[in-house]
Amino acid sequence: MGTFILKRMFSAIVTIFLVATITFFLMFLIPGGPFLSEKAPSAETLAALEVKYGLDQPVPVQYLNYMKGLLHGDLGTSLKKRGMEVNDIIATGFPVSAQVGLIAIAGAVLVGVPLGSVAALNRGKPLDHIIMVASTCGIAVPSFVMATVLMVTLGVKLGWLPTMGLSGPLSYIMPCIALAFYPAAYISRLMRSSMLDVLGQDYMRTARAKGLGPFVMLFKHALRNAILPVITYLGPLLAYTLTGSFVVEKIFTIPGLGSEFISSITSRDYPLIMGTTIFLAFLIIMMNMVVDIVYKLVDPRIKLK
Amino acid sequence: MDNQPLLKIEHLRLSFFTPAGEVKALNDVSFQLEQGQVLGVVGESGSGKSVTAYSIMGLTPYPGRIVGGSILFNGHQIQQMTEKEMRAIRGREVSIIFQDPMTSLNPVYTIGDQICEVIRLHTGQSRQEARARAVELLGLVGINEPERRLRQYPHQMSGGMRQRVMIAIALACQPKLLIADEPTTALDVTIQAQILELMMELKKKLGMSILMITHDLGVVSNMCDRIAVMYAGRIVEYGSADDIFYHPQHEYTRGLLASIPKLNAVGHKRLIPIEGQPVDLLHPPQGCPFAPRCRACMKICLREMPPDTHFSQDHVSACWLAQKREFEAGKGVGQP
Amino acid sequence: MEQEKMNPHFLSRQLDVSDFLPADEEEKQSLVTMGQSVSFWKDGLGRLRKNKVAMVSLAVILLVMLFAFVLPSFYPYSYEEQLRGRENLGMLEPIPEKALALAESKGLSTFPHLLGTDNMGRDYLIRVMMGTRISLLVGITASAIILVIGSLYGAVSGYFGGKVDLVMMRLVDVIYTVPDILIIILLSVTLKYPLKNLASNYPAVFGWIDTVGVGLVCIFIVFALLYWVGMARIVRGQVLILKEQEYVAAAKALGAGSGHIIRRHLLTNCIGTLIVTTTLQIPSAIFTESFLSFIGLGVAAPMPSLGSLASAAIGGINSYPHRLLIPALMISLIILSFNLLGDGLRDAFDPKLKH
Repeated sequence: MGTFILKRMFSAIVTIFLVATITFFLMFLIPGGPFLSEKAPSAETLAALEVKYGLDQPVPVQYLNYMKGLLHGDLGTSLKKRGMEVNDIIATGFPVSAQVGLIAIAGAVLVGVPLGSVAALNRGKPLDHIIMVASTCGIAVPSFVMATVLMVTLGVKLGWLPTMGLSGPLSYIMPCIALAFYPAAYISRLMRSSMLDVLGQDYMRTARAKGLGPFVMLFKHALRNAILPVITYLGPLLAYTLTGSFVVEKIFTIPGLGSEFISSITSRDYPLIMGTTIFLAFLIIMMNMVVDIVYKLVDPRIKLK
Repeated sequence: MDNQPLLKIEHLRLSFFTPAGEVKALNDVSFQLEQGQVLGVVGESGSGKSVTAYSIMGLTPYPGRIVGGSILFNGHQIQQMTEKEMRAIRGREVSIIFQDPMTSLNPVYTIGDQICEVIRLHTGQSRQEARARAVELLGLVGINEPERRLRQYPHQMSGGMRQRVMIAIALACQPKLLIADEPTTALDVTIQAQILELMMELKKKLGMSILMITHDLGVVSNMCDRIAVMYAGRIVEYGSADDIFYHPQHEYTRGLLASIPKLNAVGHKRLIPIEGQPVDLLHPPQGCPFAPRCRACMKICLREMPPDTHFSQDHVSACWLAQKREFEAGKGVGQP
Repeated sequence: MEQEKMNPHFLSRQLDVSDFLPADEEEKQSLVTMGQSVSFWKDGLGRLRKNKVAMVSLAVILLVMLFAFVLPSFYPYSYEEQLRGRENLGMLEPIPEKALALAESKGLSTFPHLLGTDNMGRDYLIRVMMGTRISLLVGITASAIILVIGSLYGAVSGYFGGKVDLVMMRLVDVIYTVPDILIIILLSVTLKYPLKNLASNYPAVFGWIDTVGVGLVCIFIVFALLYWVGMARIVRGQVLILKEQEYVAAAKALGAGSGHIIRRHLLTNCIGTLIVTTTLQIPSAIFTESFLSFIGLGVAAPMPSLGSLASAAIGGINSYPHRLLIPALMISLIILSFNLLGDGLRDAFDPKLKH
């Protein structure tokens, strides 16, 4: 286990290094600096700004400087939000996004797993069909569609829920549903097919032949095996929730990292784009490692490499 | 009723109700198994032997249903019992060993957990007592270092080992009847012999009855008291091991015997395969189901189901040829 | 005694000696009902045709295609035409008289605006049609790119095995761990300008980039760079199994080259998997495209895409909710029908493949 974590840490560092390098050089493909979009700064101001942010130096030097900073966990200074450290922007935005994201992920799992299991246990019966139709429709709805539809109906037309910001518990409902809808539908499909697979396995027959009751068979023998694909999906789910949060935060004007990222793209705030990308990449890679460890704990057959 | 057989199946009919129609998996199957005896059920895949076994445990797989006949086990009418009553019998009075030990154990629990589970369920013993019993059981089925093995997961064991574990689970509560559904088919030949030997040894020690299901006549030859040969959901021949091996009466049984390799065969004796495919149980033929593949098929075989011919107290065969031979021997028709 | 043993049925029967004559082969065979062997395609298509959900999905997809590719040529408005005096019309709202007079003097069409117009006076129905066209084009082209790269990469890796496989799959693993959506966004942000330069500096060679739209080209590049790994893994898995089959050994023994074996034997035999995976790839590509367009990284204005239409409609959500709902429903309809068709294809051609 220890060596596994060390190995994964090492490969995570390599991947993050790669992502950082790719990000850095991609930024240089963009002609015109970040200051061009502003109202025609004079040549002197521009030069001064470039000196201030080290943009006048040759690219390799800039790269080395950036990497040095990265090693110390310093993601640089935002170009657009004068004087703000990227680290600070992430530190204020991320907790907000994490809150919404975690509620959504928990909701998706807590809805998807029981629904999928119930559908599998009632295979071919009306309940199964209802759940399957609902979840098949569910995976056809992108998060931004769900978010906007919720906004129009519950927020604007009916006026039941606040449409902006995160002012109270009620304001979490729509963003979280919008984020959780697709993954909940996906998980319930995943869970159904894996549960059906498990129910047909020989060891379930063995469990029945032992005289075990349906409760023990389902919760002890079937669930732990059937949930394995769902655990594998947690990694992609996290990535999905993060990207979903970009649009959901934009739609509901939530001051999270996602809306920060989107606005950094439109305003070409290099350090912020890079910083956010590297941070999110780090997060996803770390979470994937955690997911692998959890998988190992649930399934003894898996050897961690 | 002291000498009532442990298991008595009479005129059992079982069908699978598939979207394509009714598949008659068992047609009028009758046999009985006495206390402490071993009955071998032989037949090729699809002949209904496994379905018979499962129906005894009330484990008829979906969409199968018993449509007639009765199963009497130890005085209980199986098909009239509730699921709850069945659960009390499964694993305690009747146990089963499945064909594929590689998939029959739950991969995410330890061996110890899976053995203790059945012990605690049926005896209500404490964790420690069950653990001690599990160690004892693993010793009984010939597994070394039982203490260590109990903490292992199925994937850490070989196929033969896992089958021993399955046997340990089956014997945990000292059942009256052990059903072995092709217990050696998925194993290496050398391991096969070991497992069969182990089963016979345990039978001697514990005195349970065994229902041995196999497609391999070689397996049943030296361990069964009685043998039932099944074809297309029917018992086509039933008799003692000697009857079946030395005086087979049904052409199918003969075919099976001719296809067994013999080590001590004189000269170059060819193995004779049974030609053709098993019947489609969705559209069973009118006559004898084996007729299309039978080398001695007669016109009547195609039209009418052969009746049972009794050769001795318990040697029965359902074949028109046997009827013909009986008739020609002068025991025949119209002479009371 | 004898009677007890005899079956009463036998006794009551009229004995007929001819019944006990050997039956001939023909008679025996007449009893055997054999399942007819059918070809892979016939078998699969037959099953597909019986699957109502899949057939309805297929019909919906065809209708949507008609709507997106054929209908616009007969439609009296174009997606970029801004009609003065007709801004912000509601659904089925009649054209204002001023605009009617203007249309008459300029010879413009006065065909009713079924879905109204947008804030620039562009007919909304034609914009939805064109948006659908873009989404479908992206979905199908991207899946084609993924199919070609992924299947070849996977087949080569699986076929050669050993060190080649190890290196190739390591690369796949690395791409897998890279958070793809972030890279997509980065690439879309950064590639826009160099691509534009390319198009304006070398119009002869790269002029098509402008026609297609820089945003779309970015999306295609991203798909070509990152999204094929899933396909490659699936194909590799299949090839690993297939290459152990006898007919591959036979082809090798007959001196067939690796390229020939991969093309003729391995890829043709995982064609079921390829069809299913590609069909299921289309909705996911449409999903990604609509997401990128929604956050403003997809197609360039005035070209609409379903995502950008939805995004643009958020501003007027209070007064014109239909502008948001229609493209949103369209995306969902397309994704839903491709998903259902893909499921149907999987059931018909590749029952073993699950998720």
